[in-house]
Amino acid sequence: MTRGPTLFNRISVFLGLGFLYAPIVLLVVYSFNASRLVTVWGGFSTKWYAALLKDQQMLDAIWITVRLGLISATAATVLGTLAAVALVRSGRFRGRTLFTGMLQAPLVLPEVILGLSLLLLFVAMGLQRGFWTVAVSHATMTLCYATVVIQARLVSFDRALEEAAQDLGCPPIRAFFLVTLPGIAPAVAAAWMLAFTLSLDDLVIASFTAGPGSTTLPMRIYSQVRLGVNPEINAVSTLLIAIVTLGVGIATLVQRRPKGVPRG
Amino acid sequence: MKRFSLTAVLPFVWLAAFFLFPFLLVAKLSLSEVALAIPPYQPRLDLSQGLNGLSAFAQGLDLETYARLRTDHLYVAAYLSSLKFAVVSTVILLLVGYPLAYGMARSGAETRRTLMMAVILPFWTSFLIRVYAWIAILKPEGLLNAALSSLGLPTLSLLNTDAAVYIGLVYAYLPFMVLPLYAVLERQDESQLEAAADLGCTPIQAFWRVTFPQSLPGVAAGALLCFIPMVGEFVIPDLLGGSGTLMLGKVIWTEFFANRDWPAASAVAIVMLATLIIPTLLYQRQQARMVDGR
Repeated sequence: MTRGPTLFNRISVFLGLGFLYAPIVLLVVYSFNASRLVTVWGGFSTKWYAALLKDQQMLDAIWITVRLGLISATAATVLGTLAAVALVRSGRFRGRTLFTGMLQAPLVLPEVILGLSLLLLFVAMGLQRGFWTVAVSHATMTLCYATVVIQARLVSFDRALEEAAQDLGCPPIRAFFLVTLPGIAPAVAAAWMLAFTLSLDDLVIASFTAGPGSTTLPMRIYSQVRLGVNPEINAVSTLLIAIVTLGVGIATLVQRRPKGVPRG
Repeated sequence: MKRFSLTAVLPFVWLAAFFLFPFLLVAKLSLSEVALAIPPYQPRLDLSQGLNGLSAFAQGLDLETYARLRTDHLYVAAYLSSLKFAVVSTVILLLVGYPLAYGMARSGAETRRTLMMAVILPFWTSFLIRVYAWIAILKPEGLLNAALSSLGLPTLSLLNTDAAVYIGLVYAYLPFMVLPLYAVLERQDESQLEAAADLGCTPIQAFWRVTFPQSLPGVAAGALLCFIPMVGEFVIPDLLGGSGTLMLGKVIWTEFFANRDWPAASAVAIVMLATLIIPTLLYQRQQARMVDGR
């Protein structure tokens, strides 16, 4: 675009981003409010963060959620990489239409449907609900997102490099690990981070598939939020926002590093 | 040439087991009846009795739950109200998201990248937290009313109303609307606008005759991407809406957790799925076309 933004353009961007960020900024600011009331500024304080550190239930929930994210994101990234390779490299294989359908539907379908269906599966299998049922459910949901991210990168990855390695006597699997995987590594890392964040964030699917003793952080936040605004929740939210912002920042830097590579 | 893809096997089996098969269970359960048992429904498939067990199971299935849904005023109202919430919010999202995406696409290359990041970042931030943030703003003794009264304006009580649900939906889904719109608007060829200007179009005419028609694939993608999940939204109507706010996601949740009526929850899920299948297929076709057109 050579033509610069008009005043109207600037105003719409300003208002749009203001709308997106104002609630988040207010939440962060009020997590440092000494007063329990939202509208009263009682001075700067970190007491809600201190209260957070003493809240054993909250700490347990954080630990469960982090473990859940690590495991489900890793599973989702491995499966997502396989799925993306199949979609990009295998051409028209048997069951491709069903495969793409199953990969895309969870991206848009309401979470209540996914949660309910997975719960019925675990009940039908006679499984005790707990940590692992949530992990499997999260891996299923996030694998679709991981596939999209990796697929986008793989499409623009030059296949000739892989073929050259094979011409030089590299078996296809070795060529994948030595040539293709390093080439798509930023996308694989981004996919993992996306999967981790989605798992960290999920309330609905976890509520359906979790059992006693596997209450995740969003589930704990939700049960507290239903009782009203609580500065401690502001504090834990601020920490989550800080972690995610940091993660996205790092991911962006990693993604930008290969210079001169045209964007896919 | 159709063949077998070895790399697809593992993810395929995974999705078949944890995505496709569970849907069949939901369909089956929607044909069952509530029972005072664990799990709370019947009939149950008893394979140890062989064929007799199977036929007893098949005879136990009926459409009674669906008949119940159709005649119960509450379900019908929730269905219609979900669609209304989703349609109205999609329209508002278009009105809010289009100028934002357009403004982003008209900015300089460096600014564009930053703005793009700025729109994506809230999407990474917890959905639940972003909805929660609105409670502090909208509640009667909240920030909005504090601001209004300090300006000498009358206060509003928005929390636990349908208006709060609309605000929440538009807020939470805005990035999903902006990104597809931005993707098409950014690709637009500047010289076409110059040509339109040379042929006597005012900038506004050029927008409606050149830019807008070209952005329609993005409009369709954004609208579907927001509409489909909004129909089944649970968190927003539950936290921001009032007791009178009816939405299907909330109905499924209540039937399941509070009433323990699993067949009804399943039947509502099937009805919702049947409603969403056409938009979902449209979205998939749209996505395939956008990838091909690149």
